[in-house]
Amino acid sequence: MSNEQEYINLFCEHRELIEKPCATLLNMARGKAFERFKAAGFPGIKEENWLHTNVAAQFATDYGMNLGRVQSEAAARDIFTCDVPNLGTHKAYIVNDSFQAAANSSSLPAGVLFGSLNTLAKENSALLEPYYNKLAADGDAIAQFNTAFIQDGILLYIPRNTEISETIQIVSLLQTNVEMMSNRRMLIILEEGAKASLLMCDHSSTAHKSLSTQVTEVYVGAGASLDIYEMEETSESNCRLAHLFVKQEADSHFNHCNVTLTNGFTRNYVNVMLAGKGGNTNITGLAIGDRKQHTDNRTLVTHRAGHCTSNELYKYILDEESVGVFAGKMLIEPDAQQTVSQQTNRNLCLTSCAHMYAQPQLEIYADDVKCSHGSTVGQLDESALFYMQQRGIPKEEARHLLMYAFAGEVIENIKIEALRDRLHMLVEKRFRGELNRCKGCSLCK
Amino acid sequence: MENLLEIKNLHATIDGKEILKGINLTVKAGEVHAIMGPNGSGKSTLSNVLVGHPAYTVTEGEVIYKGKDLLALSPENRSHEGLFLSFQYPVEIAGVSITNFMRAAVNAQRQYKGLEPMNATDFLKLMREKRALVNLDSKLANRSVNEGFSGGEKKRNEIFQMAMLEPTLSILDETDSGLDIDALRIVAEGVNKLKRDDTSTLVITHYQRLLDYIKPDIVHVLYNGRIVKTAGPELALELEERGYDWIKKDN
Repeated sequence: MSNEQEYINLFCEHRELIEKPCATLLNMARGKAFERFKAAGFPGIKEENWLHTNVAAQFATDYGMNLGRVQSEAAARDIFTCDVPNLGTHKAYIVNDSFQAAANSSSLPAGVLFGSLNTLAKENSALLEPYYNKLAADGDAIAQFNTAFIQDGILLYIPRNTEISETIQIVSLLQTNVEMMSNRRMLIILEEGAKASLLMCDHSSTAHKSLSTQVTEVYVGAGASLDIYEMEETSESNCRLAHLFVKQEADSHFNHCNVTLTNGFTRNYVNVMLAGKGGNTNITGLAIGDRKQHTDNRTLVTHRAGHCTSNELYKYILDEESVGVFAGKMLIEPDAQQTVSQQTNRNLCLTSCAHMYAQPQLEIYADDVKCSHGSTVGQLDESALFYMQQRGIPKEEARHLLMYAFAGEVIENIKIEALRDRLHMLVEKRFRGELNRCKGCSLCK
Repeated sequence: MENLLEIKNLHATIDGKEILKGINLTVKAGEVHAIMGPNGSGKSTLSNVLVGHPAYTVTEGEVIYKGKDLLALSPENRSHEGLFLSFQYPVEIAGVSITNFMRAAVNAQRQYKGLEPMNATDFLKLMREKRALVNLDSKLANRSVNEGFSGGEKKRNEIFQMAMLEPTLSILDETDSGLDIDALRIVAEGVNKLKRDDTSTLVITHYQRLLDYIKPDIVHVLYNGRIVKTAGPELALELEERGYDWIKKDN
């Protein structure tokens, strides 16, 4: 039996169990998504978008899924604080794909909804209906899989002209004694003129093999501004398959920084649609790999409306036998005149066994645009290393300084100072090999 | 005076090609030596071999520095032992600020000497003092090492680093190249201010010009991988007047 067949059977046999605790809004989208998944199956490595990322093999493990919504015994907030020093946040947890509130969350501005997607979808069906699964509906088979199976996640809804000054933090965790799959869903809606910043930490790793699918749909209304910082700090036994769909209206701002500090097998797909004039998007990523880690970042930025700017910067530092994949596409549609778009991908392969597959793409159908892209793969600069050694800096230290400097360009995109400082420190620790030995979250250590 | 550096019959190759063909040179503590010579004679190779550049292979001979086998030391340990090279072409290091770079260098040297890392206040004070020596703009200190620096700024930055690390033996490799008269004077004055009775300098240069400011005790002419002539400061003046052709003919 192929890997997908097991999940097809699982869905057919347990659809009632899956749907029972869930909001109608979530259930309504399942049927079509399931049919699409069933038709497509897990992507194979002969498909252009999955050439270097064998995702089907990741589903071979016999994972448990918490379809019966058994609540985790321990409260995440008691065992896992995930605090960034000097950074107060509104926090929420997703433990094994179920929402858990933080203990002492300070109050949010009136009208803001922040909590369990499933619970809030039951109470606010009409509000969320125009948004839920609208962007992800055309996603790939994994996104369809997520829509078919998800039972909970997080909703963040910010009404018109409302600003949340404190950072919103979402921490994903797994607590399990078996091989576990978790499917989680985020829906983030900023109405016109709203403003927020969001930190999403993925610590969903256990001693057992685990797989998470995560679909995040983001709507940034006219003139609204949203920053999302995603940090993955999982383990070798974890597989993360994340989709981020973003739709931006006129004059909105979106800033995304995705840092893969430690991981096993990761695929991050970022799909940004600039639908209104004058929008600005900035998407950045940093992946640090060693051992046999696999990190695949795929991006699509679609300029549908004119006078928008997009800027993209992805960097990889690959040591030992790690693998990096980057495919970034800028699609400039016919009406997107006066687009300014730039894509940069820079990669360091520190050993001859590390592999980087880079595929920068520009597709332009408008004639009055300014677009550029560039991609490089290289090694650490030997002449710089020697220069530093001549000044007395030991070679290993010199390597760290150069790697740290290379990574710094991405981290500088983080606008929250406390988080930026923390990440600088974590990246430095990562290079010294100190993070690998940490259990759990090093954000709070 | 005791010998600081003794180079004996030094042969070195790069990519299998022999560049140094038996160098003999002794530098005593406190002396300033100038090494002159036409292009391609091996001047930069000599400085690179002394600081342990990995592209060069020593095939014969030995180098004794402070009584130790210099060639057995790693490049960083040679630095910790007080050997400093002012690079002909200082390297640009994107993303590493001069402050972080120097902090790493100073603390590595202190660790080698068994000292605690310098605290932030003392370090910044030291940076300020040493910057003043070569009129290095304080704004440069927060920029990436040599990135976007003018030729003059790069060379001043070299001498600033020299001031921070207080070497025993400094090698100035074509420090005058790319400098206008004013920059040359500032750099040379910096070097002179740093000179102590027990420290030595090897000045590698094509031209007499720099030697007007940094006065050598002894001048050598390097040609075709060997030192072919050694004399007092008057030799530099003679070379300036007559060129290198007469040396080439004789050798």
